[in-house]
Amino acid sequence: MPEDLNWAIGGEAGDGIDSTGKIFAQALSRAGRHVFTSKDFASRIRGGYTAYKVRTSVDRVDSVVDRLDILIALTERTIDENLDELHDGSVIIYDDERTTMQDVNIPEGMIGLPVPLKRLAEEAGGAIMRNVVALGAACAVAGFPIENLDEALEKRFGDKGRAIVENNEEAARLGQEYVAEEYDYDFGYELECTDADYVLLNGDEAIGMGAIAAGCRFYAGYPITPATDVMEYLTGRIDQFGGKVVQAEDELAAINMALGAARAGARAMTATSGPGIDLMTETFGLVATSETPLVICDVMRSGPSTGMPTKQEQGDLDQLLYGGHGEVPRFVVAPTTIAECFWKTVEAFNLAEKYQLPVYLTSDLSLAVTEQTFPPEEFDMDAVEVDRGKVVDESGIESWLDDKGRFQPHYPAEDGISPRAFPGTTDGAHMTTGLEHDSLGRRTEDAEVRVEQVDKRARKVETARREETWDYREFGDPDADTLVLSWGSNEGAMREALAFLDEKGIDVRFVSVPYLYPRPDLTPEVDDAETVIVVECNATGQFADLVEHDTLTRVERVNKYTGVRFKADELASEIEQKLAESPEVQA
Amino acid sequence: MSSEVRFTDFKSDKQPTWCPGCGDFGTMNGMMKALAETGNDPDNTFIVAGIGCSGKIGTYMHSYALHGVHGRALPVGIGVKLANPDLEVMVAGGDGDGYSIGAGHFIHAVRRNVDMTYVVMDNRIYGLTKGQASPTSREDFQTATTPKGPNQPPVNPLALALAAGGTFIAQSFSSDSQRHTELVKRAIEHDGFGFVNVYSPCVTFNNVDTYDYFRDSIVDLSETDHDPTDYDDAKRKILDLDKEYMGVIYQHDESVPYGRREGLSESMADIPDGAPDGATDLVREFY
Ligand SMILES: Cc1ncc(C[n+]2csc(CCOP(=O)(O)OP(=O)(O)O)c2C)c(N)n1
Ligand code: SF4
Repeated sequence: MPEDLNWAIGGEAGDGIDSTGKIFAQALSRAGRHVFTSKDFASRIRGGYTAYKVRTSVDRVDSVVDRLDILIALTERTIDENLDELHDGSVIIYDDERTTMQDVNIPEGMIGLPVPLKRLAEEAGGAIMRNVVALGAACAVAGFPIENLDEALEKRFGDKGRAIVENNEEAARLGQEYVAEEYDYDFGYELECTDADYVLLNGDEAIGMGAIAAGCRFYAGYPITPATDVMEYLTGRIDQFGGKVVQAEDELAAINMALGAARAGARAMTATSGPGIDLMTETFGLVATSETPLVICDVMRSGPSTGMPTKQEQGDLDQLLYGGHGEVPRFVVAPTTIAECFWKTVEAFNLAEKYQLPVYLTSDLSLAVTEQTFPPEEFDMDAVEVDRGKVVDESGIESWLDDKGRFQPHYPAEDGISPRAFPGTTDGAHMTTGLEHDSLGRRTEDAEVRVEQVDKRARKVETARREETWDYREFGDPDADTLVLSWGSNEGAMREALAFLDEKGIDVRFVSVPYLYPRPDLTPEVDDAETVIVVECNATGQFADLVEHDTLTRVERVNKYTGVRFKADELASEIEQKLAESPEVQA
Repeated sequence: MSSEVRFTDFKSDKQPTWCPGCGDFGTMNGMMKALAETGNDPDNTFIVAGIGCSGKIGTYMHSYALHGVHGRALPVGIGVKLANPDLEVMVAGGDGDGYSIGAGHFIHAVRRNVDMTYVVMDNRIYGLTKGQASPTSREDFQTATTPKGPNQPPVNPLALALAAGGTFIAQSFSSDSQRHTELVKRAIEHDGFGFVNVYSPCVTFNNVDTYDYFRDSIVDLSETDHDPTDYDDAKRKILDLDKEYMGVIYQHDESVPYGRREGLSESMADIPDGAPDGATDLVREFY
């Protein structure tokens, strides 16, 4: 288990919580520390509360835990909201000169640290900097050298001019000095700095960067939490690489624009969340049957309907696997970490073009809103490969024309993969349609041709099954009797849960699956295990159903659908409990 | 393709299955002629067709083409054109496709003013599904699903286009081959979204909006002193529900298409076989 510190700032939406938290995360990252952040948006009580949480260690951190050591509380409610995570000795920094905070009740055993945030900020040049004063105070408590904030403040305020940056630096120092002078107390923390260089990014940004790396040139989308950051990341950046982001009038238009761009030969994508996937499902079958390569990203949030828009869930799996009328060939890929969001995006583009079908790339809210540090080498652009599949130009087109000289976009090749000719290619003019079609792309209801085309599309998937690696990531003890399976973003929490379980003498083999269709056959792994536990963030256990279907074996299920992701320590106790209940273990 | 393109080069070898006498024959012929006469050939042309009798046009013409989902042809055309500005993009569909299920896209495509052509084959009926009311059907037009008529006024597509900031708004009649061809040509040549509403009669299910009706009631603006660059005059004509006008009703002579405003001029199809130059700078941004 990493030696970690858990820090948070919380208040009302509009209090600048996000940007303050980000400054602290950035400062830690620049100081060579690992960081894993999370955000609380809405409330268990009523709207408005928001918090930015930072877990930091010199070792890699992959999860949030159920513990908060230092809390900057801009409102009293921030304390109430975090009572579960606060513990004996937790430090709560607050402004006791603020009228609403004068009678704040600091729970027994915790250390209340009143700091006149507003007054000190005004001294530094303006009340607006009170959060930065609090950051300085937190640095004093955490034993984190204040200079580390400077670079992050420069990054945040640099474009506002040198004076503003300096005022903020001063505000931070006033906060730090106040704590150092007023509280002659050793809080017991000493945040070590290292020479390591890390990058700090979230899952949406990693997907956007992966798209550009993969040569994506066209993005159409409609804003929706938590996918909007993909679009905002690409806006302005993709332009520098000859691309364009288009904000469409709705998701129906977004996917159709992306489809058009893909037919024109561009690598194209769209990203959305559940409600948008519902709309895009209308066109999904057309993408598949016209054999158009397209990457459709679903950053999942809690459903159904509008659900809990700012809450975590992995509830869309069935929709991604089975959504749409008719039988639609597709791939479903779910990156398991933020770095993997980058790589799986690159891979999704290659898969889409090699096999000429839609690829669902699905992450979720917890990947989207978490900022995590990585060594920059994890995003090695030289390792990016682009495979466009069977694209033919003028020189190669002849061999794909029929006896009347017509190009055959749906030629039923042995591997199921037909040639692609981009518009503008001489002699390549062809149509395609969402109606069942012949090899020329023209409508048909001829039984033989229908069967030939359905089989051809299915053959592509079989070819992909053979040619590509649909593997999983493995952690823990490979010989353990207990097998834990999960998909998508639970990997981080489960990886850390292994350490908690290890402390209790529980050996676990953990298999984290990023491919949902096609997917690895887990039969041998399941057969080898005495107890199989499937962990996922939904109520019904959609992945567990798949595992049972594939392996013909009953599995145990750990499901969470509160809207909050798994925390490493909490997950460890859930697994411990399952093992205690499990008949195999009792026997 | 040779440089001598004839309009028949745009014809596929699939025989149309439209009812004999259907207005769509004339509409399609004019489109093919207009494409040939504006110097296009099938290999640089992309047709997006909607769903309906009208949407079958993608099959009967020869070019790069996609026959998509009901009502979504316009966004597909926008994606094609922005991804490869060298292509001539033409979108065609019915009045149900464009003004009912696709009405939202119509308004936004007009606003966006991408350099492409949109031909609506307006027969004031749903042809393919065998004769239900369409959004341009008359208020009292009786059909199986509207025994008392739709009981609501028809949409005025030209007015929608004008209100949405349309830069080229024309109306033609499929049986007036010469004028129809000329109007589609002008829409193609227009710098921006060239919209042509074509009266394209359905001889099977609409016995009100017939060839005779249109022939008797159409006013050809080329025979008047109408100035299409005069916005107020265009507005008056568009809101005049007593007449069926044919011609370019409105054209904004300083229209700048969206792609040009956004600086898009290159095809997006060509990409390197690894990450593009400068991609590593994206990683550095996250320090
Ligand atoms: C989502 C969806 N709903 C309904 C249909 C059935 N449908 C096909 S064409 C059409 C209307 C066609 O009318 P219009 O666009 O005016 O074209 P026309 O056939 O008159 O040329 C309908 C309702 C469909 N294909 N897809
Ligand atoms: S039903 Fe009407 S619109 Fe359809 S082909 Fe026949 S005449 Fe044309």
